[in-house]
Amino acid sequence: MIPVVVVSIYLVIIAVIGSVAFRKTQANTEDFFLANRTVGSMVFFLSLFATNMTAFAILGSSGQAYRQGIGIYGLMASSSGLVIPLTIFFIGTRLWALGKRFGHQTQVSFFRDRWECSTIGTLIFILSVVMLVPYMIISIMGGGRVLTDISGGRVVYPLGCAVVALVVTANVFFGGMRGTVWVNIFQTLLFLLFGAVAVAVISHDLPGGFGDYVRKIASNPKTSYLLTRERMPERYFWSYTLIPLSSIMFPHMAIMCFAARKVTAFKRTVVLYPVAIMAIWLPCIFLGVLGTQLEPGLKNPDGILLHLLTDHAPVWLAGILGAGIISAVMGSDTHQVLAISTMFTKDVFAHYGGTTKYGEKGSVFFARGFILVVTVIAYLIALVTPESIFELAVRFAFSGFAAMAPVMIAALFWKRSTKHGALASTLWVATWLILTWYVQKASDGIAPKPGQPAAVIFSALGHLFERSTANVTVFGFLPVVPMVLGSAACMVLFSLLTPPPSRGTIEKYFPSRVNDAPESRASAPLH
Amino acid sequence: MKPAKAFLLTLLIVAIYILHQDFWNWKKAEPLVLGFLPVGLAYHAAYSVVAAMLMAALVSVAWPKHLENVQGKESDGKGDQTKDH
Repeated sequence: MIPVVVVSIYLVIIAVIGSVAFRKTQANTEDFFLANRTVGSMVFFLSLFATNMTAFAILGSSGQAYRQGIGIYGLMASSSGLVIPLTIFFIGTRLWALGKRFGHQTQVSFFRDRWECSTIGTLIFILSVVMLVPYMIISIMGGGRVLTDISGGRVVYPLGCAVVALVVTANVFFGGMRGTVWVNIFQTLLFLLFGAVAVAVISHDLPGGFGDYVRKIASNPKTSYLLTRERMPERYFWSYTLIPLSSIMFPHMAIMCFAARKVTAFKRTVVLYPVAIMAIWLPCIFLGVLGTQLEPGLKNPDGILLHLLTDHAPVWLAGILGAGIISAVMGSDTHQVLAISTMFTKDVFAHYGGTTKYGEKGSVFFARGFILVVTVIAYLIALVTPESIFELAVRFAFSGFAAMAPVMIAALFWKRSTKHGALASTLWVATWLILTWYVQKASDGIAPKPGQPAAVIFSALGHLFERSTANVTVFGFLPVVPMVLGSAACMVLFSLLTPPPSRGTIEKYFPSRVNDAPESRASAPLH
Repeated sequence: MKPAKAFLLTLLIVAIYILHQDFWNWKKAEPLVLGFLPVGLAYHAAYSVVAAMLMAALVSVAWPKHLENVQGKESDGKGDQTKDH
């Protein structure tokens, strides 16, 4: 019962912070969606990190390590620690500058203006929403499941989901970006401390220390693979380094980049990012592997950390650490809800004349109404739909957003890029998403068990499509590889084959290339 | 930034990216670093620290300083006012 009380106190603190932010909120969209672009350096780092990290960083990572071993760290964490800060450095800073100069609040509004085309923005908007909504729904599901597990079943799953949806909605509805960011400070500090505290507490409770358990895993032929990557194909491992390209393309991450007060806020963020990822993932993955000895035979390994905390930590501390897990769930979920609301309000409502007709106050009213509607729908879907469907959709979403990265890179750095190139890339990505979904479903029946070799899906096509335990591969690579490479190729090819954007647009986005006078550099965002 | 410096930084980024694929640690668990960390895990933990150092180097050498001078439009709270084409 004590963990439930601690988590309840935590939820009340979140609600109070949100209500304080509400009093500061002005009735215009720039303030509601971007906190008037006033987010300072340290807060920017904490908030961007909370936006990026989900419950998977704690629960999913340890569960995957329980199943597959230490390779998960290199697969997902260290590659993210390199690629995500690089994208924030090269793309995030440029997005910030364009938002500052031209008032863009979403990626879509930038794409529409950059390529002088409303339709391409609408297509990217549709694709982004289709890929983002399952992510939001699964966050509510994850939060509900965590609350149920922490409470030992006292909080039933539908109630757990309802609590998470309610707190997230209240936080975003009242506080907008300001409320979300303020709450993120508290949340990120809590879940950054989670790993170190969990390791210290569990280590203290083990008589022989970690070394004895690791040697025991190494000496057992049935478990020794957990300490190596012998069951992880090298092509699969390399493919995964492309997945973090998705990070900056997720609308909630890109929108967060618009909210910084100064571009210098990005400096601290990019340097701290790899270390912060390590602070969360390394302990969770190590404990996940260790869990195979301490809690063997779990049917749902994603609960391994909760089991370890229940058995090895004082009850009150388990409650605080549980709040850390909930923080990871909510930190990202609030930004997802806010991002969807921002996109619908700016890219649909305002773009098609809503703001002109109903004014700024009307837009904020629309945004708040939309937040209510979308979370109620997400909650209802979370109750009636199997989680596995959304897990699959989210995995595909990461590949899809990663494959949209060439579109963003071309928009920012290649003045010759055209709307036709962007259109071809977007259609390429959408086609691959449909294709891999179909092949994945078609091959479910032949999926090999863990440790077994991949199965050929269509014998006539040789090794083109193979099925591993969880994924479809293309010549042994994950689908993200052809998706990213093909998207880049489409962008280049179709841009070169079609007329460039107008001179006015190129001058607007690439001023220093047109006029090399030194003073023009001062207002040039792109080079 | 001078082209030579840009080239060297690009080379550094590519080299660090390639070092992520540490095939030489693939099937090794030992030595256990600090007595409990398998070498493959310790390598990638160190890799995270190297990534942070790379980012610190990029910030100090390749920071897009001209972006600090970007002038914002006078905020009217409405955000994007680009015309619809």
